[in-house]
Amino acid sequence: MPFEMPSLIPVLPELFILTMTCVILVVDLFLKDEQRVISYGLAQVSLLLAVCIVYLTSSSEAEVIFYGSVIRDPMGDVLKVAVYLISAGAFLYSKDYLLDRNLFKGEFYVLGLFAVLGMTVMVSANGFLTVYLGLELLALSLYTLVAFDRDSIAGSEAAMKYFVLGALASGMLLYGISMIYGATGSIEFQPVAQAVAETGMDNMVLVFGLVFVVIGLAFKFGAVPLHMWVPDVYHGAPTAVTLFIGSAPKIAAFALAMRLLVNGLEPLHADWQGMLVILAVLSMALGNVIAIAQTNIKRMLAYSTISHVGFILLGILAGTSKGYTAAMFYSIVYAIMALGGFGIVMLLSRRGFEAENLDDYKGLHDRSPWFAAMMLLLMFSMAGVPPTVGFFAKMFVLEAVISVNLLWLALVGVFFSIIGVYYYLRIVKLMYFDKPVDNTPLTAGLDTRIALSVNGLMMLALGMFPAAILSLCAAAIGSA
Amino acid sequence: MFADWPILSLTIWLPIIGGVLVLASGDKSVNATRWTALAISILTFVASLPLYSSFNSSTAEMQFVERAPWITLFNIEYYLGIDGISMPLILLTTFITVFVIIAAWEVIQYKPASYLAAFLIMEGVMVGVFSALDAMLFYVFWEAMLIPMFLIIGVWGGPNRVYATIKFFLYTFFGSVFMLVALIYMYFQSGSFDILAFHDLKLGLSEQILIFIAFLLAFAVKVPMWPVHTWLPDAHVEAPTGGSVILAAIMLKIGGYGFLRFSLPISPDASHQLDWLIISLSLIAVVYIGFVALVQQDMKKLIAYSSIAHMGFVTLGFFIVFTITANPNIETGAMLGVQGGMVQMVSHGFISAALFLCVGVLYDRVHSRDISAYGGVVNTMPVFAGLMVFFAMANAGLPGTSGFVGEFMVILASFRADFWYAFLAATTLIIGAAYTLWMVKRVVFGEVANDNVAALQDISSRELLILGSLALAVLMLGLWPGPLVEVMDASIANLLKHIAVSKL
Repeated sequence: MPFEMPSLIPVLPELFILTMTCVILVVDLFLKDEQRVISYGLAQVSLLLAVCIVYLTSSSEAEVIFYGSVIRDPMGDVLKVAVYLISAGAFLYSKDYLLDRNLFKGEFYVLGLFAVLGMTVMVSANGFLTVYLGLELLALSLYTLVAFDRDSIAGSEAAMKYFVLGALASGMLLYGISMIYGATGSIEFQPVAQAVAETGMDNMVLVFGLVFVVIGLAFKFGAVPLHMWVPDVYHGAPTAVTLFIGSAPKIAAFALAMRLLVNGLEPLHADWQGMLVILAVLSMALGNVIAIAQTNIKRMLAYSTISHVGFILLGILAGTSKGYTAAMFYSIVYAIMALGGFGIVMLLSRRGFEAENLDDYKGLHDRSPWFAAMMLLLMFSMAGVPPTVGFFAKMFVLEAVISVNLLWLALVGVFFSIIGVYYYLRIVKLMYFDKPVDNTPLTAGLDTRIALSVNGLMMLALGMFPAAILSLCAAAIGSA
Repeated sequence: MFADWPILSLTIWLPIIGGVLVLASGDKSVNATRWTALAISILTFVASLPLYSSFNSSTAEMQFVERAPWITLFNIEYYLGIDGISMPLILLTTFITVFVIIAAWEVIQYKPASYLAAFLIMEGVMVGVFSALDAMLFYVFWEAMLIPMFLIIGVWGGPNRVYATIKFFLYTFFGSVFMLVALIYMYFQSGSFDILAFHDLKLGLSEQILIFIAFLLAFAVKVPMWPVHTWLPDAHVEAPTGGSVILAAIMLKIGGYGFLRFSLPISPDASHQLDWLIISLSLIAVVYIGFVALVQQDMKKLIAYSSIAHMGFVTLGFFIVFTITANPNIETGAMLGVQGGMVQMVSHGFISAALFLCVGVLYDRVHSRDISAYGGVVNTMPVFAGLMVFFAMANAGLPGTSGFVGEFMVILASFRADFWYAFLAATTLIIGAAYTLWMVKRVVFGEVANDNVAALQDISSRELLILGSLALAVLMLGLWPGPLVEVMDASIANLLKHIAVSKL
């Protein structure tokens, strides 16, 4: 069998990130502690250059390479750029936080970049095995990152929990993949989809495989009832890591769902739609209700994530290209919101103090009107109140759901979002209506301040011009 | 000459951008901030005047239309325009905001720049609500309104402000999300979010009823109608004076406006089927809430309940039209009812604003809103007492004031519909007079009750300017309501013609 070397141009962004990660790993060995900022700088430069590479090598045609295991398409390009940029933002916000806690080490960036690589591999996967490969690379990096503060008991516990449950979920996914392979005789998406379309849904093994795949997917999303790890990991991990886990991997999870369910198992839509309905309703209900009872902001945001995941699933389960567009828009917007939200948490933290309790936000308006306003925008955006972009994210999803005659699901969605408004309002209440208990001035570098301001104002700017991202998503999904 | 200018955009964005500037200028030089805010609000008012002067009242077409694509994928447009129904309410908004800014002058000492900015931004957003012709644009403005009001009550409000403002937010949010679902549903039926296209959309009866209920949830909370009114007294009592004024004078009107712009024309058959519901709720508001107002100890609460009762007149006027048109012997009553409701909205905008400002004047001096903390105010504040008695009379519907015109029109119209409607509605003339005048009697007249009252200073020229202008407006509208009725004539006639045709 002649072996032809395929062109490597389509995977250049991944190759570049891989190379740079290795370079940072080696360079970091030779750096003194005070020069550690070089690793950070290199990581940021690689992410930004990767964005440029994606942009330069992109094409509007989908291209399948490596014998059908990798795909380069417009949807992947948009998602990759979002992953790179959001990870860069996460690195930026976490710099001061890590410095204050003696966690400013090269390994953070190496692991972070490996996670990014894992995410982009998932994004560009065209076969079940490639998906699994990317997923594991991401998951292993995240397990380690959660335990990054090795002296923190909570962190180690969270990492153990995450690892055990994550391994179980990966096992489920793999088991499901093996069943699908057994039923269809392939692990690439197009042949699987073709085989499924031919054999129909009567194949018991196939449906079982689908169930296991959906379980794996739900775990990665953190959808109820496979959400148990989310609050503990968000709470236990250093906030810098929580920020990272809470933002970019949501985009990757969306990509995972798109690749597995839509590219691979679209003919089974009627089956997985029902499963996702259950996951979505439970996630929105439980996430929003339990978030009210939280006193720790990281846990509160964890439950809020769960409820947002419910909304993302709503868009996917609609099964129309507008639905996918809406879900993609939602996951990108959510990643930006989570980035900003945890960014503010880190802004308020300082050496020896974690701004984790809701009471730490009291009187932020008196301490720093500007950042209180940014947090206000972020909270209203998460709550889905216009004119912030969070509203449009919810509206597009609702629109997709109503378009497939699932009016009741839309009503459930809006009902739980009313409940959700309460706990976001509570943060605003603490910031604006209460007197500060802690008057320490906020000490953040200029870079963090600017980035956070941009992040907060984006909520408003994108709310006024949602078409900016929406048209990108629409073009990527191909519904425009 | 102004018809082609983007006056609506100007009236929306001038105060919003101005508000952001005021917010950015901060509290360093408070006086400059106040003057800037005042200048912006006056400029906005001036900018909105051409809406009246160049308004063509002979047509029911939308005027001053601006249309541009916004989110093309979902066919959402930046689509503005006004007719005779929305134009008076826009002018009311820009007019009242000027006085809210002036009323805050020395009174607000805590973060005045943010306070003024919040009201300016509110103003732009409210104008947006009245002028949006794209349902999604309307919804964005509608909800965006909540954020500044939430902060105004929460930051500058009274002791129980947090409870009041969260209740306010959740109630209104609860009402409006179901409207959102209804709007999206209609988008799939009509292919766009154009409100005027919704008007012509054919809908089955069960669809109409569901849509009607979704709208009712949103608008009834806003108006507010009994039994979802409970947020209003709380919000009014805790809100700072300016917040109460805007709430009573304009935000409540948005609910009434919603009925005219959405419920009636979009779901005429459902409105017809369910008009008994709205009429009963309105009459409960008029009679029962009137009695509730009678027993209030707190002046702001009293005016709040009186607002609910007065808004009951508005919804009554809007929904008796079906009973009237069903009667073949009667020609003109329907028109009278809707017009009466509209006049009542504008007039209540002036009167409730003035009454809340009056309470604000007293509160700034004595720091109490309890009726029992006052007595014999006329002895120390004769000018103020005169104005307050005047506004109280207007609130009770004294002929010659604007309060009379609207009420009288609605009562006349309801006579055409049903004697008992009119009978119950007319009780307000007694109850309204009772609660308002009894309050005035206890606060203004009699012997000087205590040292606080004895030490009162009469109103300053600033306060005189505000109350005097409002008094003038109330009087003008009461003596000569012609211009107001005229501008909305064509639009209301068109609306009635539209809802007379079944969509089934």
